[in-house]
Amino acid sequence: MTQAELQATANTPTHSPEPGQRKWWEYFTFNTDHKVIGIQYLVTGFFFYLIGGVLASAMRTELATPAPDFVTPELYNGIMTLHGTIMIFMWIIPAGAGFANFLIPLMIGARDMAFPRLNAVAFWIVPPAGILLLTSFFVKPPEAGWTSYPPLSETASKAGEFIWILSVLLFGTASILGAINFLITILKMRIPSMGFNQMPLFCWAMLATSGLILIGTPVLAGALILLAFDIVAGTAFFNPTGGGDPIVYQHMFWFYSHPAVYIMVLPFFGVASEVIPVHSRKPIFGYRAIAYSSLAISFLGLIVWAHHMFTSGTPAWLRMFFMIATMVIAVPTGIKVFSWLATMWGGKIRLNSTMLFAMGFISTFVVGGLTGVMVASVPFDLHVHDTYFVVAHLHYVLFGGSVFGIYAAIYHWFPKMTGRMLNEPWGIVHFVLTYVGFNLTFLPMHELGLLGMPRRVAMYDPQFAHINLICTIGSYLLAVSTIPFLVNAIWSWVAGPKAGDNPWQALTLEWMTTSPPAIENFEILPVLDIGPYDYGMGDRSTEVDVPFSEAKEPVLSAGPSSVLRADPDPSVAVNPSDRQPEE
Amino acid sequence: MQGSTIDPSKTVVNYHHAAAATDSHHEEHHDFRILGLIVFLIAEGMIFMGLFIAYLTFRAVTPNWPPEGTPRLELLLPGINTTILIASSFVIHKADAAVKQNNISGLRTWFIATALMGAVFLGGQLYEYWHLEFGLKTNIFASTFYVLTGFHGLHVTFGLLLILAVLWRSLKPNHYNSEKHFGVEAAEIYWHFVDVVWIILFFLLYIL
Ligand code: HEM
Ligand SMILES: [Cu+2]
Repeated sequence: MTQAELQATANTPTHSPEPGQRKWWEYFTFNTDHKVIGIQYLVTGFFFYLIGGVLASAMRTELATPAPDFVTPELYNGIMTLHGTIMIFMWIIPAGAGFANFLIPLMIGARDMAFPRLNAVAFWIVPPAGILLLTSFFVKPPEAGWTSYPPLSETASKAGEFIWILSVLLFGTASILGAINFLITILKMRIPSMGFNQMPLFCWAMLATSGLILIGTPVLAGALILLAFDIVAGTAFFNPTGGGDPIVYQHMFWFYSHPAVYIMVLPFFGVASEVIPVHSRKPIFGYRAIAYSSLAISFLGLIVWAHHMFTSGTPAWLRMFFMIATMVIAVPTGIKVFSWLATMWGGKIRLNSTMLFAMGFISTFVVGGLTGVMVASVPFDLHVHDTYFVVAHLHYVLFGGSVFGIYAAIYHWFPKMTGRMLNEPWGIVHFVLTYVGFNLTFLPMHELGLLGMPRRVAMYDPQFAHINLICTIGSYLLAVSTIPFLVNAIWSWVAGPKAGDNPWQALTLEWMTTSPPAIENFEILPVLDIGPYDYGMGDRSTEVDVPFSEAKEPVLSAGPSSVLRADPDPSVAVNPSDRQPEE
Repeated sequence: MQGSTIDPSKTVVNYHHAAAATDSHHEEHHDFRILGLIVFLIAEGMIFMGLFIAYLTFRAVTPNWPPEGTPRLELLLPGINTTILIASSFVIHKADAAVKQNNISGLRTWFIATALMGAVFLGGQLYEYWHLEFGLKTNIFASTFYVLTGFHGLHVTFGLLLILAVLWRSLKPNHYNSEKHFGVEAAEIYWHFVDVVWIILFFLLYIL
């Protein structure tokens, strides 16, 4: 038996003989199946990503030359606000929710989420919220940026701002309803044999993310309600001329929005922890360290928000506290990064699109993390605040972290979601274009920021023209880079080669059923007897004498439980047909 | 899981049949719904927490609080209102006790009593709004006052609707019984939540 054949039969116990499959039109209906909802989130999110990307290209076109010759400065601000808002609220967070929906029940051996109907309701709030946001183009889009700081948000384009608030409130509701589901599903619906420490790391990451959503988002809602009163009813909560205080808005906003950066990136930390061991054929390094560092990041993430307000008159002692607390987050984050590197170290790495995107994720996220520690330092931040340095930093985190993570996840789980393989060479083309385009666009922005170019303005000093042109060219490359992906995804979804159940020979439970999974996931609930990352555990086990088939790479190729063993030990083989009855 | 912690003796069988797998797909899981509600209320509570802290901050950064010219708040009516709302929490608990003994008419009586008390509270609130000498835009204190009490009033209204919905459903024979009474419990928990929020709010706005 070849390895591939072995794998194809490894999971028979959990198959349905005739798995029920969804029809295409069911994806356009109110459906309570978590897999349908997951894909709905992802496709909707990607649709908004394209819109946000078009807006980004418009901005970069404007910024190709110092003069505001492509759009008016007001329109530039509107485009910038909608770009940021769409990317965050309509793309990254829904994409995280999409993977969480699709994967959590499968990974923990459940048939669905804890509250399927609530789940569908949460999803169906998102498209109307997004469309509502876009309608603000008809009235004059909000201009105050995705942060909507007063007083600008209370004076410029009020109608657009009000639409923005409604849309973000709707979106926040969806996010909270989703988080309730994730939390309770993870806590309560695991198969009995799966304790917390046998849970795939993606679930840990979503546990931490859900906690942040539940604690942070409501406070943003509170701030937006007050802001809406200021705009619509003429109160003065954030208006100093009426006795209010705009700084209160900043605190409330960042109490949500700093955790929001972890809401946006933790799920993809989880993705990295899933895909790196599979494609390095090695157990994850430091399972518990990675799992608990997610919780640590969540907790610390809640107490650092005022690092966005070093220039807002925050008292010195408070700045000190927030500076130190922020820098401390680098510790749990570093733990993760080193654990991923140690997982890859000496592994039998498959350099496929998934792994390339995962490695791209680590490399760019580390840059964003380092500039993050830089801007956490008060004196440095006073210098670069509101310059392009911040734009560079946030894109290294959000694009380099989240978007690369999303792509890694798509390449990894596309076969499971659709039952078909993506085209590998085109995946690599996609990766190269994205990686080069990304760095070409955003690396030079660090320098622009250090030279003092302010962000959020449509025109700039001619001395910055050359660097800006480079950024614009890079952004066109980035725009082009999505084309191979789109074509690849659509074509493969329709006509790609069949994936089989477990094309990556992975060990987590989602691979132990058909691709795409049957309507209720598992015909019979699986029982877990090995950990999710026990790749090639061979030489570690002293008690079992394992005959190695490939003596050269004992650790990498196979352990007693590995689905990769060419001639499995009959007493411990994964594949039931290779296993001899114990008696 | 880290490699060294694996117990090789456990790796014998990978996945095998689990006999009892009977969760049905489209039912929401009963046992989790109360937990779900509590998690939801934690999130709800965070909105109030945000607004309370905003209130305290406005208070801290404003030189005179309440700003000069704000008429003093009358305490008698809100005090009675508060007592009624707190008492209603005990009343609604009686309903829970009744349904646990399969006493559906008891459940209805106590729910009707709670609903009446809630309605009186809301009426008192509106009466107070009507007679206050400041409006929403008078000053920052007035604005926070109306937004906080108004937002809470919305929650009371919603709780009232929940109670009425449970009452309506209790007309169906055996819709609620000692085994199955999620709606009753949910309405009760929600009502307690609204009550606790009011106590904090009353303390912050009227007493502090
Ligand atoms: C497709 C490539 C992208 C390009 C070329 C791009 C470009 C830009 C530009 C030029 C700005 C405006 C900077 C300013 O005037 O201050 C901006 C802002 C921003 N971008 Fe992107 N961006 C891209 C992708 C993303 C992604 C994937 C995210 C993910 C979350 C994102 C999030 C943001 C945010 C949050 C802002 C700040 C908006 C604000 O200041 O309110 N961008 N981007
Ligand atoms: Cu932050």
